[in-house]
Amino acid sequence: MYDVIIIGGGIVGCALARELSRYNLRLALLEKEVEVGFGTSKTNSGIIHAGHHSPPDTLKGQFEWSGNQQWADLAQELKFGFKQIGELLIAHKHEDLQYLEDLKKQGDARGVTGLEIWGQKRIRKEEPNLSHTILKALHAPTAAVINPYEACFGLIECARQNGLELFCNHPVLSIKKGKNNFSLETPQKNFTTRIILNAAGLFADCIAAMVEANNFSISPRKGEEYLLDRRLQGIVTHLIFPPPSTTSKGVLIIPTVDGPIMVGPTAEDIDNREDLSTSYSGADKVFAAVLKSCPSISERDTITEFAGLRAVSENNDFIIELSPVINFYNIVGIQSPGLTAAPAIAIYVTEILRDNGLSLVRKQIWKANIDGPPHFAAMSPEEREAAIGEDPAYSRIVCRCELVTEAEVLYAIKHGARTLDGVKFRVRAGMGRCQGGFCTTRIMDLLAQESGVPLTEITKRGSGSEICIPRHDIIPIEDHR
Amino acid sequence: MKNQLQKNYAVVIIGGGPAGLAAALGAREAGAEHVLIIDREVETGGILNQCIHSGFGLHYFKEELTGPEYAERFSQQVLSSKIELLTDSYVLNITPDLKLEVISRNHGYLNLQAKAVVLAMGCRERTRGAIRTPGFRPAGVMTAGLAQKMVNMKGVLPGRRVAILGSGDIGMIMARRLVLEGCQVVGVFELHPYSSGLSRNKVQCLDDFDIPLHLSTTVAFIHGRKRVEHLTIAPVTTQYVPNLNQSWDVKCDTLLFSIGLIPENELSARLRIKMDPSTGGPQVNSTMETSLPGVFACGNVLHVHDIVDFVSEESLRAGRFAAELALGMRRPGDNIALYPGENIASCVPHSLSSDREQIIYLRVKQPVKNATLSIGDRYEKKFKRLIPSEMVKLTLPPKILDHFFGERLRIEVSSGEAE
Repeated sequence: MYDVIIIGGGIVGCALARELSRYNLRLALLEKEVEVGFGTSKTNSGIIHAGHHSPPDTLKGQFEWSGNQQWADLAQELKFGFKQIGELLIAHKHEDLQYLEDLKKQGDARGVTGLEIWGQKRIRKEEPNLSHTILKALHAPTAAVINPYEACFGLIECARQNGLELFCNHPVLSIKKGKNNFSLETPQKNFTTRIILNAAGLFADCIAAMVEANNFSISPRKGEEYLLDRRLQGIVTHLIFPPPSTTSKGVLIIPTVDGPIMVGPTAEDIDNREDLSTSYSGADKVFAAVLKSCPSISERDTITEFAGLRAVSENNDFIIELSPVINFYNIVGIQSPGLTAAPAIAIYVTEILRDNGLSLVRKQIWKANIDGPPHFAAMSPEEREAAIGEDPAYSRIVCRCELVTEAEVLYAIKHGARTLDGVKFRVRAGMGRCQGGFCTTRIMDLLAQESGVPLTEITKRGSGSEICIPRHDIIPIEDHR
Repeated sequence: MKNQLQKNYAVVIIGGGPAGLAAALGAREAGAEHVLIIDREVETGGILNQCIHSGFGLHYFKEELTGPEYAERFSQQVLSSKIELLTDSYVLNITPDLKLEVISRNHGYLNLQAKAVVLAMGCRERTRGAIRTPGFRPAGVMTAGLAQKMVNMKGVLPGRRVAILGSGDIGMIMARRLVLEGCQVVGVFELHPYSSGLSRNKVQCLDDFDIPLHLSTTVAFIHGRKRVEHLTIAPVTTQYVPNLNQSWDVKCDTLLFSIGLIPENELSARLRIKMDPSTGGPQVNSTMETSLPGVFACGNVLHVHDIVDFVSEESLRAGRFAAELALGMRRPGDNIALYPGENIASCVPHSLSSDREQIIYLRVKQPVKNATLSIGDRYEKKFKRLIPSEMVKLTLPPKILDHFFGERLRIEVSSGEAE
């Protein structure tokens, strides 16, 4: 029997996993997708918010600043990219100026450091490519960018080396409440545990409903994002925020941690929790909004687009509490600034567990650091020469757009990548301007070789998304007639 | 291949596809001693190795060959011409003084010095993102070239029921290839009111196999969460805007994109070579030299060709000029700038010299019939039909530039009837 089972391997589940792995607990995480971070987290904008956006009387407001302050250390310990580039919240209209003032006051009161309102001269100097109609901007130097999936991979790898058991491809089908425990059914096997932490994101209400702990509901809010060619890299150097709308922080210009600019997201309430489609209207909204603040960004520079679904609770705030069912905790409705808040949420949940009587004894040995993945593109010529000297797999380029070597792909596979997307999100192979035209078959070869399966079993992101079919598996003759 | 590598070369050629192979031969012919081809694949031949259909070599060899056969003829000549090959290798960087940072499976990390460099990296395919096709992001969406590699090199199929967006040559060739493999090709959908590939490919690959070509249509939505399930197809207006009110659904499990090629100029961009936005390749003078002295370009990295025969011809010349430079020979510089006028989408080279024969490649913007192509008041040629998907090659005798004292010439197509 497990002490704690976390349901859901998004950023919240992964942060919980690492935090709880500090203690002497038998701990497991069940994820329905083939790898962690493959749900909402993968499509997140990747922004560590500066800490001043959410009102103080909300859980969002309680955790965004404390979460913000943990990311620099996390990135160092877990070896993922982190750039504290700061954000600019811009105002085009006089009626928005008061909003900037109010937000600055809110941040100052919380202790968010460095907030400053810039006039046109300063904006022009720091961001010459922004629209000249911008009147003022609130600069928040504490905002940063990361790749959310890298954070998930890092957190979970750290948790695993400290004893967490990870079960991907294990969707929870039912939960039965016993006297002192829960039993969970998945297609592969059943689990029993004393405590359940429900971090199932978009499906958190479905999971909670299995034990009638669903005193809330979750609805999907879609966001479309558009990634632009490296040609535009550097066109802005800060995160650019417009004044927010009622449903979101608006359409942003995001200098991603890898360099390329991304624009988005939209915010559209929808019904279908699996609708990850992009649309003409979404693109129109994004580029219309972006052009207003940065006129030289063109939709013709798009290299790819994708959509994600935020898990929105009915009061628009996080829900982090013991459910009506004892030992079943809901950590749900974690939308923006959920990524920022996740490490703080994990600590908070740990405190609730302790307050509710869970005995938390720190492990004598707990490793905070993981060995990061190698990154050939970032090496100096001397480092490259040394790496190739040690392992010739560094001398073969698998992805030319992002300069990824075979050694890095093999490392990713060794550390959990099972799919084309899994490799892509770990090493960037396939994310560049050719969008996998060159590397797809090479990565498929390596995945097949390392896992000893034929090419036809390699998937994009799990069963049902096979990339190719066997040659003899053709259409039956009758279909042709 | 494990041999003793030099550190210094007269001519280093980046890319061992048809352009690189021909450039190397050209360089040797012109007398360069140490010529090196660097290629990222294990074998030379480039994309030709996966083009197992026939139709190559009609101009160059006056016979019909498959892609691998065409490549083989050049590879054999290269092997017997004392040209060094560095395959399974990758050029990470070139400096303006022509030092190359190279990694190689067999030789490890290398620093090489060249007197002249020929860029022959070829091109890549445009992808879904470039035309922003909305919808889901399932498996089963790929470029036609990737599908070709899967079928011809890996022995697997991309799917069973296939739709193709774009009537580029690779798309049409793959339509036929997949039918021969037992797949169903439900249709080729083309945004333009005319096919984007060679006329012969439309006839031989689509018409002969009863594969429907739908002009002025596009894929307006990709459905299917894990795997492609169906597509929304919409007709487009003359402004290329999809008309969703008249859309229809097509059931398929695979969507191939054949929507054009882009010269692969990452290295060129790093060298800050002057580029031509209309070709996506470097600007070159009449010796195929780019804006950076000693750096030449040829083949699809310079501008996308329709047929490999022209690539070979152009690259032989580029190789020769590169060798001449490496050997210290100096030709008179170009004295006439060539620039595109009416109905010219692009032309290469970008300048001419009045002291020798000149070869110009160009494409029109719009299809026209009974057109006159002119270069200033110096040259005129009638064409029955000109279409954007078929490149025009002009060979100009030096005498047409005799007693021309201007500095620029405008090349244009006029008096044609629109198709």
